[in-house]
Amino acid sequence: SSWWSHVEMGPPDPILGVTEAYKRDTNSKKMNLGVGAYRDDNGKPYVLSCVRKAEAMIASKKMDKEYLPIGGLADFTRASAELALGENSEAFKSGRYVTVQGISGTGSLRIGANFLQRFFKASRDVYLPKPSWGNHTPIFRDAGMQLQAYRYYDPKTCSLDFSGAMDDISKIPEKSIILLHACAHNPTGVDPRQEQWKELAAMVKKRNLLVYFDMAYQGFASGDINRDAWAVRYFIEQGINIVLSQSFAKNMGLYGERAGAFTVICSDADEAKRVESQLKILIRPMYSNPPVNGARIASLILNTPDLRKEWLTEVKGMADRIISMRTQLVSNLKKEGSSHNWQHITDQIGMFCFTGLKPEQVERLIKEFSVYMTKDGRISVAGVTSGNVGYLAHAIHQVTK
Amino acid sequence: AYRTDEGQPWVLPVVKKVEQMIANDNSLNHEYLPILGLPEFRANASRIALGDDSPAIKENRVGSVQSLGGTGALRIGAEFLRRWYNGNNNTATPIYVSAPSWENHNSVFMDAGFKDIRTYHYWDAAKRGLDLQGLLNDMEHAPEFSIFILHACAHNPTGTDPTPEQWKQIAAVMKRRSLFPFFDSAYQGFASGSLDKDAWAVRYFVSEGFELFCAQSFSKNFGLYNERVGNLTVVGKDADNVQRVLSQMEKIVRTTWSNPPSQGARIVATTLSSPQLFDEWKGNVKTMADRVLLMRSELRSRLEALGTPGTWNHITEQIGMFSFTGLNPKQVEYMVKEKHIYLMASGRINMCGLTTKNLDYVAKSIHEAVTKIQ
Repeated sequence: SSWWSHVEMGPPDPILGVTEAYKRDTNSKKMNLGVGAYRDDNGKPYVLSCVRKAEAMIASKKMDKEYLPIGGLADFTRASAELALGENSEAFKSGRYVTVQGISGTGSLRIGANFLQRFFKASRDVYLPKPSWGNHTPIFRDAGMQLQAYRYYDPKTCSLDFSGAMDDISKIPEKSIILLHACAHNPTGVDPRQEQWKELAAMVKKRNLLVYFDMAYQGFASGDINRDAWAVRYFIEQGINIVLSQSFAKNMGLYGERAGAFTVICSDADEAKRVESQLKILIRPMYSNPPVNGARIASLILNTPDLRKEWLTEVKGMADRIISMRTQLVSNLKKEGSSHNWQHITDQIGMFCFTGLKPEQVERLIKEFSVYMTKDGRISVAGVTSGNVGYLAHAIHQVTK
Repeated sequence: AYRTDEGQPWVLPVVKKVEQMIANDNSLNHEYLPILGLPEFRANASRIALGDDSPAIKENRVGSVQSLGGTGALRIGAEFLRRWYNGNNNTATPIYVSAPSWENHNSVFMDAGFKDIRTYHYWDAAKRGLDLQGLLNDMEHAPEFSIFILHACAHNPTGTDPTPEQWKQIAAVMKRRSLFPFFDSAYQGFASGSLDKDAWAVRYFVSEGFELFCAQSFSKNFGLYNERVGNLTVVGKDADNVQRVLSQMEKIVRTTWSNPPSQGARIVATTLSSPQLFDEWKGNVKTMADRVLLMRSELRSRLEALGTPGTWNHITEQIGMFSFTGLNPKQVEYMVKEKHIYLMASGRINMCGLTTKNLDYVAKSIHEAVTKIQ
C-alpha cells in the first residue's frame, strides 16, 4: 500500500485551469480571456523591445552564474524601490526602507505574509477587498494568517462601493492588516479616485492599520508609472509605513522569469537593516536565493536611460491598446443592439474587466462560443483584439439579451 | 561553488552554447511556465536521477516538480509531508537530519512546520569516517514513519558517503521500520564524475520498492547556481497515487512562487534532450569532478610527503566538493588568522578552492597548524 492512499485529488486551479480548457478547444474562433497575460493586437504574446535589447546586452557581457545574495540583485531591488516610491521620495532618499527580490508578485506577497506572521504579533487578521485576486487567500492562509474582508465592489453598479468600504474599514479592529490593490484592481478593474484614496488613507491612519499594498500593474493601468503609483506614494507621505509587493510580470512582460520585489517602509535605516536580516532568514529556507535572469533584465532596463525611456513608451503602448479595446467592446455591444449599460467596461482600468456576467452566462459563453473566462465574469481585456472584439460583443449580447 | 584552476567561476561550455541557442531562437518568449514547471525539464531531470531504464519510470509512477534550486525542492517536499504524511498535518512526525548536515536542512523543515527535528549519528570524528553503527542504531530506535534526510552522494559537509554495502544495510532497516527516505541530491555527476555512480543509492532504494522523494539541484553539476534550477522527484507505488500527490504539490507551489523561473529549466531541458549536448554536458561535469579528485590526491600526497602527523587517506576517500579535514577549531583559527586560508570552524574545506598554484602553500599551512597547535 502507499503512503499516499488518503491524499485527495486537488481541485484544478480556477484561473490557470481556464487556459488549460481553452487549449483543449478546437473551435477556430476560440478566445482566451482567462489568465492575465498581455497579448498584442494579433493575439500573440509580446516580448518588449527593451527586454530584447537588455537580453542582448546581458548576453554580450558574458556574466558568471554565481549565486545572488539572499535578498537579490542590489541594482534591481534599489531600482524597484525607486520606481514604486518615486526618486524624490523622502523614504527612499533617507534609506528608511528595505527591498528584497521576490519570485514575482506571488513570491513577494508570500515573503511579506510570512514576515507578518512571524513579526506582526498585534494581529493575525488580513482584510482583503471583496473580491480580490483568488490567490491572495491561500497565500496568507498558508503563511498562517486569517482572512477577513471589507466591501469593495458593488455588483449593482459594477463600480466601487466606496461608502461600504469606508464603513467596513471604520470597524476593522486596530492594528489589523489591510491589503489594498495599488492600481488596476484584480479582478474588477475598479480603482478608487484620488479623493477617495485620500479618505481611505485618513481612515486607515485613524484605525491604526498595517497597510499591505499589492502593486502588480504599475504603468500597465493608466500608461503612466507615476500616476499608477500615486496611492502608494500618498500613503507613505501621510506617514503610513506600508509594506509593498511588486511584480514585473505584466509591465515588463517578464512573466516566466519571475521578477518581483517586497518592500518594507521603516522608521529609519537602522530598523530597515534589522528587518532585512529577518527577511533573509525567511527566504533562505524557502529557496535560498532568487533567480537572476528576470532581475538582471529589469535592472538593466530601469537603470539604463535609453532602455528606461523605451520601456515607458512600450508600457504605455500596452495600456493604450487595452483602453482602446475597452472602448471598442462597448461600441460593438451598442452596435449589436444591446440595451444594457456597459459603461463600467470603460470606467474600469487595467488588464481585467468585471463584466457583470453571471455564472450561467459565463458557462454559455464557454460552451456555445468558446469564449473562455473565469466564472466570476472576469475577462482579461489583454486577450481582446481588433480582430475578435466584434465576435466577443456578439457572444456577450447573445447571452445577455 | 566550483572554481577553475585559476580560481575563477566556470560557466560550462555546453551552457554557453545552449544559452546562445536560446537567445537566437525568436520563437521563444517569456510566458508563464505551468505551475509544476517545464514538462521537458521535469521528465528529463527525473530520468537523470532514476536512470533511463528505471522500472519506476516505465511503470509511470514517477512525478516531478520543477523547483527553485535544491532548496526549493526540499521545501515543497517538506510542506507536502507536513500536510499529508503520517496522517493529516502531523507536525509531530520526527525529522532526522545527519550530524552534521547542511545547516539549512533544519530550517527548511522547521519553517515547513515540523516540531520535532532530530539528528542521526553520521560523522565519527575519532576515526574520520562514517559512524555506521550509530546511524543504524538511530534508525532502529526512531519512531516508525520518521522521515530521514539522506544525502544521495557527496555528503555535505563531511564528504563521507556510505558504501553500496552500507546503503543496503541502511535500506533494510528503513524498510523494516517503515522510515521515509527523503534524498537530497545536490551533486549528481559532480561527486565521482559518473551520473550513474552518484545516483546508485537513490536507484537502489527505488529497486527495493520504497516510496521516496529526491530533491535535485542543478546548481553545481550544471553550474547554474543563480538560475535556481531544481527538481523534486516523487516515486510512488502507482500512477494514481503520484497524480494525487502532484495535484496537492501544485497547490503548495501556487502559494509559494506560483510557477518557476524558465531560463535555467530551458537550458537543462535543451541539454538533456539532445544526445550530443548531453554527451558534451557529461564531459563538462567530468572535467569539474576530475579537477576536484586531482586536488584531493595532490593535497594528500603533499601532506604525506611532509610527514604531517596523523593519517590523511580520508582526503581521497571523501568525495565531492567538501572535505572534513579533521582540523580542530584552534587549528582552524591558526589557518585563518596566520595563513589567511579560510575554512569553516568545523574543519571543512572547499576542495574547489585548491589550485595547482596554492596546493603547496595549503599543505604547508596544514602541516604547521597540526604540528604547532594541539
